[in-house]
Amino acid sequence: MPKIESVDHLTEYRRQIRAQRDPKQQQVLVCSGPGCLPLGSTEVAQAFQEEMQAKGLQGKVILKSTGCHGLCAHGVRVLLRPQEIAYEKVTPEDVPEVVETSLIGGKVVERLVYQDPVSGQTAVHKSEVPFYQGQKPLVLRKLDEIDPESLDDYLVVGGYRTMRKVLFKMSPEEVIDAVERSGLRGRGGAGFLTGRKWRLCRQVPGEMKFVICNGDEGDPGAFMDRAVMEGDPHAIIEGMIVGGYAIGAHQGYIYVRHEYPLAVKRLTQAVAQAREFGLLGNNILRSGFDFDIKISQGSGAFVCGEETALIASIEGNIGEPMPRPPYPAQKGLFGMPTVINNVETWANVPEIINMGAEWFAALGTEKSKGTKVFSLVGAVNHTGLVEVPMGTTLRQIIFELGGGIPGGREFKAVQTGGPSGGCIPKQFLDLPVDYDSLQEVGSIMGSGGMIVMDTTSCMVDVARYFISFLFEESCGKCTPCREGLRQLLNILNDITSGEGKEEHISLMEEICTTMASASLCGLGQSAANPVLTTLKYFRAEYEAHIRDKKCPALVCRPLLTYTIDPEACTACLACVRECPVGAISGPKKEAQRIDQDICIKCGRCHDVCQFEAIKVE
Amino acid sequence: MEEVGLLINGIYLKVPQGYTLLQAAQQLGVDIPTLCYHPELPSEGNCRLCVVEIGEHPRTRLVNSCTYPVEPGLNVQTHSEKVLQARRITLELLLARAPKAKLIQELAAEMGIHESRFKSEDPYELCILCGLCVRTCREIVGVSAISMANRTPGKLVTTPFLEPSDACIGCGSCAFVCPTEVIPYIEKDGKRIIWGREFELVRCNICGNYIAPMAQLEHWAKLTGEPVEHYFVCRDCR
Ligand SMILES: Cc1cc2nc3c(=O)[nH]c(=O)nc-3n(C[C@H](O)[C@H](O)[C@H](O)COP(=O)(O)O)c2cc1C
Ligand code: SF4
Ligand code: SF4
Ligand code: SF4
Ligand code: SF4
Ligand code: FES
Ligand code: FES
Repeated sequence: MPKIESVDHLTEYRRQIRAQRDPKQQQVLVCSGPGCLPLGSTEVAQAFQEEMQAKGLQGKVILKSTGCHGLCAHGVRVLLRPQEIAYEKVTPEDVPEVVETSLIGGKVVERLVYQDPVSGQTAVHKSEVPFYQGQKPLVLRKLDEIDPESLDDYLVVGGYRTMRKVLFKMSPEEVIDAVERSGLRGRGGAGFLTGRKWRLCRQVPGEMKFVICNGDEGDPGAFMDRAVMEGDPHAIIEGMIVGGYAIGAHQGYIYVRHEYPLAVKRLTQAVAQAREFGLLGNNILRSGFDFDIKISQGSGAFVCGEETALIASIEGNIGEPMPRPPYPAQKGLFGMPTVINNVETWANVPEIINMGAEWFAALGTEKSKGTKVFSLVGAVNHTGLVEVPMGTTLRQIIFELGGGIPGGREFKAVQTGGPSGGCIPKQFLDLPVDYDSLQEVGSIMGSGGMIVMDTTSCMVDVARYFISFLFEESCGKCTPCREGLRQLLNILNDITSGEGKEEHISLMEEICTTMASASLCGLGQSAANPVLTTLKYFRAEYEAHIRDKKCPALVCRPLLTYTIDPEACTACLACVRECPVGAISGPKKEAQRIDQDICIKCGRCHDVCQFEAIKVE
Repeated sequence: MEEVGLLINGIYLKVPQGYTLLQAAQQLGVDIPTLCYHPELPSEGNCRLCVVEIGEHPRTRLVNSCTYPVEPGLNVQTHSEKVLQARRITLELLLARAPKAKLIQELAAEMGIHESRFKSEDPYELCILCGLCVRTCREIVGVSAISMANRTPGKLVTTPFLEPSDACIGCGSCAFVCPTEVIPYIEKDGKRIIWGREFELVRCNICGNYIAPMAQLEHWAKLTGEPVEHYFVCRDCR
C-alpha cells in the first residue's frame, strides 16, 4: 500500500482501484461472522478455494470472507454477487455443487436457498428473503460486501470520503451542527444526543481531549457491536476521526473486551493499515490535523461498559463506576474532556455526514432518528442481526423479519435492552420500537438486545435469571444495587422454590424503587426493570407461585408434581432405574408409582420415559 | 471566590462555587446522614445514604449530595418523602447485611427501623463496604495496602491475595476510621497485630513507652525526610 500524501493522491488511488475492479465480476462472499464462524465458515471458504482452483476459476471469481450476513440461524451463509443469490446452511460438501451449478453453469442450487417453514415457498435472491425485507441497513450495509481486512475494499465503497470532506471542507462546528441536526442518539444505552455530547465536550476548555469507542458489549447474547467491529472496522475508525476533529481530540481509544479476539485483531490491523496509509497520524493528508487510535482490551466485566468504569479501566484502575458529574465530557480519560460513544454510534457518523443530516433525520420517529441494529435471539425462527428504521414495531421485527416463534408455539414476551431491560408482553406487540416508547412500557433500548420468549418460559424464573446475572455482575460499590440485588435474588429464589410469601411482592417493589432512584450507576438504576415489568404484566404468575405453589409454565422444578399415568405406563422400569432417590416403585409388570415424599423433583423420569407416562403439574 | 445561589428545602443560600450539595446543606445547618463521606477523603458515593432530591417537580431525581456540585438555581430537597424512603430502604438493606453494626442499628432506629425485613446471610458481618479504610490507607497513609476485591457476591476489603501485606506499615489508620469497628486490631505486649501481620512496636529511647511499628516510623521518616532515629523518641518526650 502506498502512503497517501494528499487529498488528490487519495482520489487518484481510489480511482485506480476502482478501475481495476469490474462490478460484473463473479464474487463469492462467505460469511465469517460470529454466528457462521463456529458453524464452519472457514472450512466452507477453504472448500471454495480448492474447488475453484480445481475448476480453473481462480482469478475469474473473487472469493471473500466477510462479516455477518444477518440471518445467522441459517448459517453458513454464502452470497453470490452480482446475482445476489443467497445460499444458506452451506457445508463444505455443498461447495462442489455450487461451483459447478452456479459459478460455471449460471444456475441456482435450489436446495440451498431460503424456504419458508410454513408455505414452503423459496426465495433465491437476498431481496426476496422475508428476513431482509423491511430492513434498512446503514451500519450493517457493507458487512456482506467487503473483506474487513482490506482497506481497499473499504475505499472502493466510498470509505474515508467523509473524513476527507470533514478535514478539508467543514469546520468542527459544522460537523457538530450536522450531527446534532441528524438527531443521532447514542446506541450504547441511554440514548443521549450525540451532537449535544460533542458540543458540550468541545466547549470545555482544554488542550488535550480524547474520544473513546465503547466496544465492551457485555450483554449476554448480544453481538451487534462485535459484528461491526469484526466486519467493518474502518467505519468505526473513520467515525472517530470525524469526532476527534469535531471536539478537538488528537487521540482515540477503542475499548474491546478480550473475549472478542477477532474484533481486537481486525481493529488492530485496520488501525495499522490506516496509519501506514496516512489516514491516521500526524498531519493527516496535510490537513494539519493529527489523530491516532489505540486499542485497549477490557477484562470483559459487564459493568466495564459503563462509561466511567470503562475510563477507569483504560487508565489501569479497577473498573468501577464513579458518580457523575463530572461527566466524561467535562472530566474523562486521565482527567481530560472525553467523548465516549458506542460502536454503532461511531459507525453511523460517516454516513450521516456523507448523506446529510436531513437524510438521516428523515428516517425513524420524531425523537428517535435513523436505524437501530438488534440482535434477535431466543424463541424466534430467524435469530440473527437486523437493522430497521426506528419505529418499526415489535411485531414486524419478531414475526415478519424474525419469522415468528418456532414449533408453532405462542409468543409470550420480549425482553429488550439487555439483562436489565424489561419484559414486554403480547399486548404491546404493535409498539413502535424507539427510545421513548420502550421506556413508557418499562423497558429500555439498551444497546439493542432482543430476547424473544414463548409460553415455555416462566416469567418469575426469567426475572430470577436476569437478577442473578446482574447480581454476579454488579460491581458492589453502592448499597442499593449490591444489597438490593442480593435481596431480590433471595426473594426470587424463595418464590421459585415454593417458599414465596404474600408480602414478597411489595417488598420487591420497595427494593426496586430504591434501586432505580438511588443507585450510583446505570446498572443498579435499571436492574429492577426485569422484576418491575414481570410484576406488572405477569403478576398472576407470581401469585400462582406464591399462593398455589404452582408454576404455570412448568419450569420451576420444586413446584412441580411428577406422577405416573397408569394407563400409559408400560412398566418398562426405565424411570425406576433413572430415579436418583429410589422414589419410583411398583409391582412387576404393572404401572409404577412415585412416592411424593421421596421425590426430589429432578425431572429425570420425565426425560427418560418413552411413553409419556410421567405427568407433570 | 465566585458564589453560587441555590435553594435547599426552599431556603435560598449562597455558597462558594465547587461546594458539594452536602457542604451547602451543612452550611445551612441541615443534617444529611452519611456513611462513606469523610471531609479529609475524596468522596466516591458508595453508601447512597446522603441522597437528596434535585430538580423541579415532576422531573426530579435523586443524587448523592457528597459529590454533586452546587449549580446556580438548583432546587434541592434533603428530606422529601422520596429521599426518606430511599434512605429507609438503604438502611434496612445495610441492617440485613450487618445486623450487629452499632452505627447502622442507631441510624436505622432514627428512621424507625428496628429490624430488617430482609434475610441476613451472615449474622456476624460488620463491614458495610463504605470504603473509608481503603481510601484512608491510599490517600492519607499513602501506601494502598488494602483494597476492595471482587464484585457484589463476594466483595470484601482485603490485602492482596488475602495474605499479610508487605506494604502495610501497621499504622492502624484503617481500623480507626472504620465506622463499624470491623478491622481487627490488637495491641498487646509490645506487639500490634493488624491484617494478619504482627508488628514489633519500637520503644521510646527516653521514656520506654511503645511508640509504633518500625515500618511506620520508617514511613514517617521517608515522608518527612528526617532520619528514622528522629522518631525513636515519642511525642511526649520530644
Ligand atoms: C452497566 C452498564 C453497561 C454498559 N455497557 C455498555 C456497552 O457494553 N457498550 C456501550 O456502548 N455502552 C454501554 N453502556 C453505556 C455507556 O455507559 C455509555 O452511555 C455509552 O457508551 C455512551 O455511548 P452512546 O452515547 O454512543 O450510547 C453501559 C452502561 C451501563 C450502566
Ligand atoms: S449501581 Fe451497581 S454496578 Fe453501579 S456502582 Fe452501584 S453497585 Fe456498582
Ligand atoms: S422427578 Fe426425579 S426424584 Fe422424582 S420420581 Fe422422577 S426421577 Fe425420581
Ligand atoms: S494499618 Fe496497614 S492497611 Fe491499615 S491504613 Fe495502615 S498501612 Fe493501610
Ligand atoms: S472495613 Fe470498615 S471502613 Fe472498611 S469498608 Fe468495611 S465498614 Fe468501611
Ligand atoms: S454470522 Fe453469518 S449470518 Fe450472522
Ligand atoms: S455519604 Fe454520600 S454516598 Fe455515602
